[in-house]
Amino acid sequence: MEALNIFIKSIFIDNMIFAFFLGMCSYLAISKTVKTSMGLGLAVTFVLVITVPVNYLIDKYLLQEGALSWISSSFANIDLSFLSFIIFIAVVAGIVQLVEMFVERYSPSLYAQLGIFLPLIAVNCAILGCSLFMQKRDYSNIGEVFSFALGSGIGWLLAIIGIAAISERLKYINIQPALKGLGIAFIITGLMAMAFQAFSGIKL
Amino acid sequence: MSSTNKQKDPLFGPRDMKLLKTPFSKENPIIVQVLGICSALAVTVKLQPAVVMAISVTVVIMMSNLIISLLRNTIPPRIRIIVQLVVVSFLVIIVDQVLKAFAYDVSKQLSVYVGLIITNCIVMGRLEAFAMGNKPWPSVLDGLGNGLGYGIILVIVGFIRELFGSGTLWDVRIMPEGYVPNGLMVMPAMALILLGIIIWIHRGRNKELQENE
Repeated sequence: MEALNIFIKSIFIDNMIFAFFLGMCSYLAISKTVKTSMGLGLAVTFVLVITVPVNYLIDKYLLQEGALSWISSSFANIDLSFLSFIIFIAVVAGIVQLVEMFVERYSPSLYAQLGIFLPLIAVNCAILGCSLFMQKRDYSNIGEVFSFALGSGIGWLLAIIGIAAISERLKYINIQPALKGLGIAFIITGLMAMAFQAFSGIKL
Repeated sequence: MSSTNKQKDPLFGPRDMKLLKTPFSKENPIIVQVLGICSALAVTVKLQPAVVMAISVTVVIMMSNLIISLLRNTIPPRIRIIVQLVVVSFLVIIVDQVLKAFAYDVSKQLSVYVGLIITNCIVMGRLEAFAMGNKPWPSVLDGLGNGLGYGIILVIVGFIRELFGSGTLWDVRIMPEGYVPNGLMVMPAMALILLGIIIWIHRGRNKELQENE
């Protein structure tokens, strides 16, 4: 039940884009057509679902204060959490590389869809941000972490498809030239964020 | 560095000045190159975290530009992204530890966004576009210029949001007693709209930046 609650919450209330502005760069650069945004959104969700639980396990069994006590009780007071940034980004970069090779080998059609986006994802702040939020929020088991990662990915996907659908329509509208492109994209995202605020307070 | 240079470039020539100046307006990392938006919006509810964030990012860009520029001829091109990420995350860990030690309250407010400097596209963008192909001293200046160009937008947005959203500046009350804070200003949505308006004004004044599709 708690996992379901986290899932809904991370899609609508703690939406990665509308509440935390994570992954805005690729969001603004790519979201021109619904098709490419769908590809990017799927790739982000895919990588999130793999990296965040892996980072959770690393954090829990290697980095946290006292996490090493499973090796020997003399390690119980070691706190390696200051290393978490460098370890998390290394895990993300490594897994993105692995996923890319794996998808290329076993699913060429998926690779053709996600291919160009995968390398970009290593430096997408949504991925690292999700891992850092996971560390900050102290989820109690891996199921909750998994639903958090999946929910965040889907929330990101929803946001990027929404903006892409709107900007496809914007082509036919006569916008003030200085506002065209980037300016209007920000304002639309702001209005969408306001709409998403209506979800706040939902609890299952 | 300059002592080993044979042709003796002046330490601060007109080209260096240009490196410092263009990121403020014509090539501003946020509003023109659209890099590093994430942190720019999230830390600007108040002026103080915005300034601290701007300083941290500037330090990280300068130092990473310097290190990568010194290493640029020894990094194999295939693994350069990983090398850059390692250098940047090493610097960010130092910044994070310094903030935790000397500015704990601000570090709490910035929460995960300090860590996210690692994936801030401005840092990676400058490393790829400038430091990989230039000498250390221009790279440091380029880092400084871009850091400050990023900072100026943060400060503008932070100023407006704190003034109208909380009626204070740097936690000192500015607005008169009867002012009712505008709750919308502290919401994430308003940061996006403010940035949109800044871009609007900037492009209105610089016609060559407008997009015509």
